[in-house]
Amino acid sequence: MGHITLKQVTKSFGEVQVIPPLDLEINDGEFVVFVGPSGCGKSTLLRLIAGLEDVSSGEITIDGRAATEVPPAKRGLAMVFQSYALYPHMTVRKNIAFPLRMAKLDIAEQNKRVEAAAKVLNLTDYLDRRPGQLSGGQRQRVAIGRAIVREPAAFLFDEPLSNLDAALRVNMRLEISELHQTLDTTMIYVTHDQVEAMTMADKIVVLHAGVIEQVGSPLELYHEPRNKFVAGFIGSPKMNFVEGEEAVKLNAKCIGIRPEHIGVSLESGDWKGTVGVSEHLGSDTFLRIKMPGVQEHMTVRVGGEFGARHGDTVYLTPDRSKLHRFDAQGLRIA
Amino acid sequence: MARAVTTQRKALNTAIAWSIGLLIFFPILWTILTSFKTEAEAIANPPVFLFFDWTLENYAVVQERSNYMRFLTNSVILAGVSTILGILIAVPAAWSMAFVPSKRTKDILLWMLSTKMLPAVGVLYPIYLLCIQLGVLDNRLALIVILMLINLPIIVWMLYTYFREIPGEILEAARMDGASLKDEILYVLTPMAIPGIASTLLLNFILAWNEAFWTLNLTSVNAAPLTAFIASYSSPEGLFFAKLSAASTMAIAPILIMGWFSQKQLVRGLTFGAVK
Amino acid sequence: MATQHSRSAARIMMAPAVFLLLVWMLVPLCMTLWFSVRSYLPLRGGDQGFVGLENFSRFITSSAFWPAVQTTLIIVGGVLVISIVLGVLLAILLDQPMWGQGVVRILVIAPFFVMPTVTALVWKNMFMDPTNGMFAHLWRFFGADPVVWLTDASVLSIIVIVSWQWLPFATLILLTAIQSLDSEQLEAAEMDGANPVARFFFIALPHLSRAITIVILIQTIFVLAVFAEIFVTTGGAFGTRTLTYLIYQRVLESQNVGLGSAGGVYAIILANIVAIFLMRIVGKNLDN
Ligand SMILES: Nc1ncnc2c1ncn2[C@@H]1O[C@H](COP(=O)(O)OP(=O)(O)OP(=O)(O)O)[C@@H](O)[C@H]1O
Ligand SMILES: [Mg+2]
Repeated sequence: MGHITLKQVTKSFGEVQVIPPLDLEINDGEFVVFVGPSGCGKSTLLRLIAGLEDVSSGEITIDGRAATEVPPAKRGLAMVFQSYALYPHMTVRKNIAFPLRMAKLDIAEQNKRVEAAAKVLNLTDYLDRRPGQLSGGQRQRVAIGRAIVREPAAFLFDEPLSNLDAALRVNMRLEISELHQTLDTTMIYVTHDQVEAMTMADKIVVLHAGVIEQVGSPLELYHEPRNKFVAGFIGSPKMNFVEGEEAVKLNAKCIGIRPEHIGVSLESGDWKGTVGVSEHLGSDTFLRIKMPGVQEHMTVRVGGEFGARHGDTVYLTPDRSKLHRFDAQGLRIA
Repeated sequence: MARAVTTQRKALNTAIAWSIGLLIFFPILWTILTSFKTEAEAIANPPVFLFFDWTLENYAVVQERSNYMRFLTNSVILAGVSTILGILIAVPAAWSMAFVPSKRTKDILLWMLSTKMLPAVGVLYPIYLLCIQLGVLDNRLALIVILMLINLPIIVWMLYTYFREIPGEILEAARMDGASLKDEILYVLTPMAIPGIASTLLLNFILAWNEAFWTLNLTSVNAAPLTAFIASYSSPEGLFFAKLSAASTMAIAPILIMGWFSQKQLVRGLTFGAVK
Repeated sequence: MATQHSRSAARIMMAPAVFLLLVWMLVPLCMTLWFSVRSYLPLRGGDQGFVGLENFSRFITSSAFWPAVQTTLIIVGGVLVISIVLGVLLAILLDQPMWGQGVVRILVIAPFFVMPTVTALVWKNMFMDPTNGMFAHLWRFFGADPVVWLTDASVLSIIVIVSWQWLPFATLILLTAIQSLDSEQLEAAEMDGANPVARFFFIALPHLSRAITIVILIQTIFVLAVFAEIFVTTGGAFGTRTLTYLIYQRVLESQNVGLGSAGGVYAIILANIVAIFLMRIVGKNLDN
């Protein structure tokens, strides 16, 4: 149930190869997140798995069966689209029942499953409404409901939360994670938001221009990014990169240090700089520090409140044990 | 532009616009009024407008004399069947072009448009000859096919523009939900496109109803619709204004009402989406 | 959205429409081309063999040809001028704030939905009839002699009739175009000190130019093919024989199919020249 393998899969649109040969293994029950900047091929990869696009070459197997030639309807996967793609002319009940109707289940069974799904998703009161009469979050839940009732081998989500406002997004994020715990079904989730990736995933796949940069658990990626791209993409605020003299001292082309791994002091430290902007969040303070000679700008995160203002001189001391070194190819030196 | 306009200005606009509107509409109004007059009142000088003896006699006479019902039936059948047939053929084609576009889609659409631009008179004799040889001159089926073909490009175009407004993701969702192509079109696309399909139906019904080249040249008795019925009044024996008006009113009334519902679609349908 | 599967499905679903239109276009077209190079008189000896381009030259050199071209040009030109000039004015008028705008719109558009034979007959009898027509009454009221419209001013009469039919179309399309004009643009111009006349010429008219072009092209194609209006009113007499009507007469009335078909080929070429421009515009619109 829900073991998906991609072998040497490629995809070209005309002349342009969007996905160069790619291998990927997704285990049963895993929550896998595809993350990467816009246009890197996340949606394309998901649609290849769904069968909405043909692979240009390579093979896809689902639960050991070759699926490359199988049409989307027969792959046993369910997909939740960014736009929700609800059927506007059907009530919520009919929307959720649609896959069951297509599978020609009898009406009693259809109703049973729809009601069960509605209960899980808190949609019971809205079953007779049309999608147009629902809020964004409710629509999202209907789309998920439509996916659940089929009892698919795996769920595919394409940026399902990007149309929601920030507060709702956090809520739905938790709901989807919870759903995953309950159903214990494979989920593949596409996002460009690294916070979603870090918080939800069992396994993150970082994509860059169609190439998998690294696959691993969130903390693996955080602590041991394989290269500069992953290091820069995972973590918020972004990792600081320093080139030149300071890097050479450590036998590297470039060194990286996360904002939370830098100590700040008003008296003394390794590097001297002046505060450009300071952002006070209450729980944390983010400082953007100008540091001539080392790096033009450096972001630093200090726990709690920190009384520094524009123009103040500060001293920074990176935590040497948390430093990342990168070679000329951008690969991390272990 | 949410600025207040003076009432005088608005009143002036209203007066001018209504005068011109009524002037343009006058021939139709006059025809309808005349159809309720006696023949003497119809040609009275000075003309009488509203204060005459309203009578339905002309309608009775026209019905009796010219077997109006047969022409009407033909018009309904020709326009109705040809439009529905056209839509049945055009829906799949428009689906293909809107949702699975290829490099050739644009060329095919433009080519279809070009067939609509082919002057009928240029192919009059071949069609006439084919009808004779197939024994279908003055035959409803033949005319249905011809009317369907001359409107097919417009039907495809209109449906195409409506379908393009439907997000492809919804059809993909249906596909993921296990819908076959037939289910996808039947249960998802068609219900969503109902307003567009209805407008297409309406406009093309009107166009087929008013078509007056092939219906005049390829019919005589059996298949003749209202266009031919009216044309028969151009012979001198039909020169009675009141009766002519009654016949005309009967031929245009249903279509005028439909036309009012389809003004918006008219623009889309006849400019091939080039004016929005 | 494009798997091999859906692409082949798309081809199959498109096939009936494409096939039917292809047959509808090619078969008669080829037949017309075939007849146009033969001497074919169904009532007088039938097909008398290949005559090369003789029909084409005879069609052009016949005494009826140039007058027909002239009539066609006058009618098409007249209808275009009337419907565009009045159409622009009407569209602007209808765009103004007023009471009962919807009703006025309906009144103006109605003529387009009247079937051509009715239009022609109503105008011919109830308005242009020299004894009992409305115009005759009017002329007499002002002490003038009624004009025998369809004989003495036949081409003008046809222009009036056809314009009445097509003015609504032009108005409707131009009105749609005007309503799509960004009102902020006009407000910006007003802020820049442009008076209403300047706003019309520098902003509204350029904005309308595309719609006007489209109206010109579409109406040209349809007015070139006007048939019922002439058939019912003058039957092509009194100098109202257009190219379309001339071909119709050659083919069906005098049954000189070869000659008529050559004329048909000319008509097709003529329409295609106009259609190419139309398709350019429409095609550009498809790209975005
Ligand atoms: N149907 C198509 N035809 C041609 N190129 C395409 C097509 N679909 C996607 N592409 C290209 O493939 C690349 C990857 O697109 P994709 O939609 O997978 O990106 P993405 O990672 O999902 O981006 P986003 O985060 O913006 O959704 C892009 O450069 C895009 O332009
Ligand atoms: Mg995407």
